[in-house]
Amino acid sequence: MFADLPILSLTIWLPIIGGILVLASGNHAANASRWTALVIALLTFIVSLPLWSSFDSSTAQMQFVERGSWISQLNIEYYLGVDGISMPLIILTTFISVFVIIAGWEVIQYKPASYMASFLIMEGVMVGVFSALDAMLFYVFWEAMLIPMFLIIGIWGGPNRVYATIKFFLYTFFGSVFMLIALIYMYFQSGSFDILAFHDLKLSLNEQILIFVAFLMAFAVKVPMWPVHTWLPDAHVEAPTGGSVILAAIMLKIGGYGFLRFSLPITPDASQHLDWLVITLSLIAVVYIGFVALVQQDMKKLIAYSSIAHMGFVTLGFFIVFMIAANPEATGGALLGVEGGMVQMISHGFISAAMFLCVGVLYDRMHSRQIADYGGVVHSMPIFAGLMVFFAMANAGLPGTSGFVGEFMVILASFRADFWFAFLAATTLIIGAAYTLWMVKRVVFGPVANDKVAALEDISNREFFILGSMAIAVLLLGLWPAPLIEVMDASIVDLLKHIAVSKL
Amino acid sequence: MQFETSSLIPVLPELYLLALACTVLLVDLFLKQEQRIISYGIAQIGLLLAVGVTLATGGNEPQVVFDGSVIRDRMGDVLKISIYLISAGAFLYAKDYLRDRGLFKGEFYVLGLFAVLGMTIMISANSFLSVYLGLELLALSLYALVAFDRNSRIGSEAAMKYFVLGALASGMLLYGISMIYGATGSIEFQAVAQALSEKGANDMVLVFGLVFLVVGIGFKFGAVPFHMWVPDVYQGAPTAVTLFIGSTPKIAAFALAMRLLVDGMGGLHGDWQGMLVILAVLSMVVGNIFAIAQYNIKRMLAYSTISHVGFLLLGILAGTSEGYSAAMFYAIVYAITAIGAFGIVIMLSRNGFEAEDLHDYKGLHERSPWFAAMMLLLMFSMAGVPPTVGFFAKLVVLQAVISIDMVWLALVAVFFSIIGAFYYLRIIKLMYFDKPQDETALTAGIDARILMSVNGLSMLLLGMFPAGLLSLCAAAIGG
Repeated sequence: MFADLPILSLTIWLPIIGGILVLASGNHAANASRWTALVIALLTFIVSLPLWSSFDSSTAQMQFVERGSWISQLNIEYYLGVDGISMPLIILTTFISVFVIIAGWEVIQYKPASYMASFLIMEGVMVGVFSALDAMLFYVFWEAMLIPMFLIIGIWGGPNRVYATIKFFLYTFFGSVFMLIALIYMYFQSGSFDILAFHDLKLSLNEQILIFVAFLMAFAVKVPMWPVHTWLPDAHVEAPTGGSVILAAIMLKIGGYGFLRFSLPITPDASQHLDWLVITLSLIAVVYIGFVALVQQDMKKLIAYSSIAHMGFVTLGFFIVFMIAANPEATGGALLGVEGGMVQMISHGFISAAMFLCVGVLYDRMHSRQIADYGGVVHSMPIFAGLMVFFAMANAGLPGTSGFVGEFMVILASFRADFWFAFLAATTLIIGAAYTLWMVKRVVFGPVANDKVAALEDISNREFFILGSMAIAVLLLGLWPAPLIEVMDASIVDLLKHIAVSKL
Repeated sequence: MQFETSSLIPVLPELYLLALACTVLLVDLFLKQEQRIISYGIAQIGLLLAVGVTLATGGNEPQVVFDGSVIRDRMGDVLKISIYLISAGAFLYAKDYLRDRGLFKGEFYVLGLFAVLGMTIMISANSFLSVYLGLELLALSLYALVAFDRNSRIGSEAAMKYFVLGALASGMLLYGISMIYGATGSIEFQAVAQALSEKGANDMVLVFGLVFLVVGIGFKFGAVPFHMWVPDVYQGAPTAVTLFIGSTPKIAAFALAMRLLVDGMGGLHGDWQGMLVILAVLSMVVGNIFAIAQYNIKRMLAYSTISHVGFLLLGILAGTSEGYSAAMFYAIVYAITAIGAFGIVIMLSRNGFEAEDLHDYKGLHERSPWFAAMMLLLMFSMAGVPPTVGFFAKLVVLQAVISIDMVWLALVAVFFSIIGAFYYLRIIKLMYFDKPQDETALTAGIDARILMSVNGLSMLLLGMFPAGLLSLCAAAIGG
């Protein structure tokens, strides 16, 4: 019934145009613009739901395809479509955006309309990144994403926001321009910017390696992978809560998505050739960054480092497949690895968003993110403490929460490649538990640290609604991940088939 | 030479501009200072009518008249029309600035129109002689414009510098022309190209002459190492003049390069390609790195121009029709962006205060959210961030370079554009993330406000729908 509507275009342009309207309405009528923004975000979420409900999970073909000429002189098309890999990420984007709008409701007093508008525009652009099937359209969305984020961190951020936001912009810009060169190069090889045509493009190993490196620069910065991760803790610490949520929950996923959509299928031989590099970087992220997280004094920084470690699992799951394929006894392990990575991305989207929202709740009351300023929050905020402990458990990978599913799948897959990979990856169950729970222990439990903590008020209905919804999502995905895996199954099987065939 | 009246039709736009400039000169003599707006009006309406004249007399087939001295083709028409429109925009931004400073004189428009005439002559030139005529007419008008504020010492200094260096460059160009004339026996481009294909590309004298031509072109573009005049002139000239110098002459310089290198010396493509590679890379390196150190926005924009020239040269040196149309697209887009950026500088300035220091942009977001947003678009366009049109300008140029298998050059270009992004971001940072130091409201008139809005939004609109302008450029080059 929805097949005739351009659902993807609606999901992209509704929030962008709505955002421009909110922006144009000015900052005078703050409440009106808040409500407008919320209605637009909700509408966008509702519009995006048919992507899930009418999705045909039996095929790996692109669905909801919209295709038209955009810039005919350059052969650039307005070409949208989703498969099992991008669809869940789009739903995640529209879902999280609603909560970001609500989370900034009373907190943002400085230019609230511009704030809401930035997030709405951001939402549309991110959906555009996930649904673009023309490489240049993808690139335009990919870069356009930087502009609202740059402003969000810079205008509503913390004291060191200028440094953080310029670092964020230049790092990402640096990574992506080399991708641009690779895309233009492939255009001359294939005659179009169609990403699916790139998948079938024959490339020599040398070309593949160069293209792979160009993509790696773009996506590794975005994920972010060690050693190009240093922008993330800065950006997270300085960004307003909503900015941190979008960064952690969705923007990081765009890097992971890029590996699945570009690196693996376009340069399968180079990926196989260089999989040791990505696996090493991923394991460094999991282990070393885990230890770095352990010593953080700032809650947001701690969660930022924990994000990097968790994203290490994603890239590990994606690139472990070649070693598994080389092992004749391991059947189905490759599928487990990639699906584990995907589940981890979606789950991390919810958990990291929830963690940052929790820190936001505390920060709004105490204006401090230092762990040392807290202690015994449970005495004054019992409901909040319960939720925060729950999310911390999920972050540490407690079975029954979504955090467990992805990590477990990736660790299982790594076993089929190499025992030591699995061993290193599994250390996260200890390190992750250590840094998260230790933080919770210091912040939530213990005696009341000071008068300010004693005077804290428990969360409002608005905050309870946000965190409660997140908790339901985390729990649902943890107890019953089957629908999610089912949706992406056909696409990932097809992807694995595709990369098993050498392009040489 | 048999004179035919019909041969005047292809040069009608030039004749019309000459008449227009003379009219302004004469009418202005009889005006009192408070009636000066009439000179302005004649110049503006005249420029808009010039678009009509050019459209009405243009044909699809290239016409060569006056014994091969003048050519009328579609590339010329597109370039001329963009020059008329952008000059009209520049005059509009300049009006309030000039009036506030007692510089609102008819001579500004006379000189400006003569500069426009010089540019159109360069664009329609089909021989070395007519190129040189147009170039000198443009250059002399600009020297005088730079020194337009008689009481400004820094302005006179800049004009002097510009004049001496410009004269030197013209001399170089003439010297190169004379050598090419000696080797080929002609100053007409087709005849030169013909002679080149017969003699082959190995003639030492020809290559030697070519070097001097490239020096002349490099100077007009302000490409490194012939860029030393650019920052001083941009800073020293009154902002209203900088606005003009910084925009349309780049389009004219593109035409100069096309006429001399492609139409005339096309047979030596292999030689000038190498020279332009050096100019382009040096311009991108020096322009982008030196711009970071500037605290005067006019100087910063001057270095930014230099880096953009490097990018533009990439399109020309590719030597393909895609490359030429890419460079043409880049030149036009750059000119539109540049008048916008200088337009903001003018709008923030007021009588007795020049908003030249980077600090003057602090907190513009609070003083005027709308114009801060326009400047934001202009800066992102200069940095080449989609969805602004600056991205597509860079994209087509990079495509042209990659299509001739010079991927390394594309890598150098994007690498330095990352460095370039920093100083554009710094302007945005000052406007959006800092608190204002100066709370004065903007005094710009309604006409300038409307034009600025159109100018800023055009960055976004051309970026979302670049197909029209792209196909116009492609058709103009005739690829």
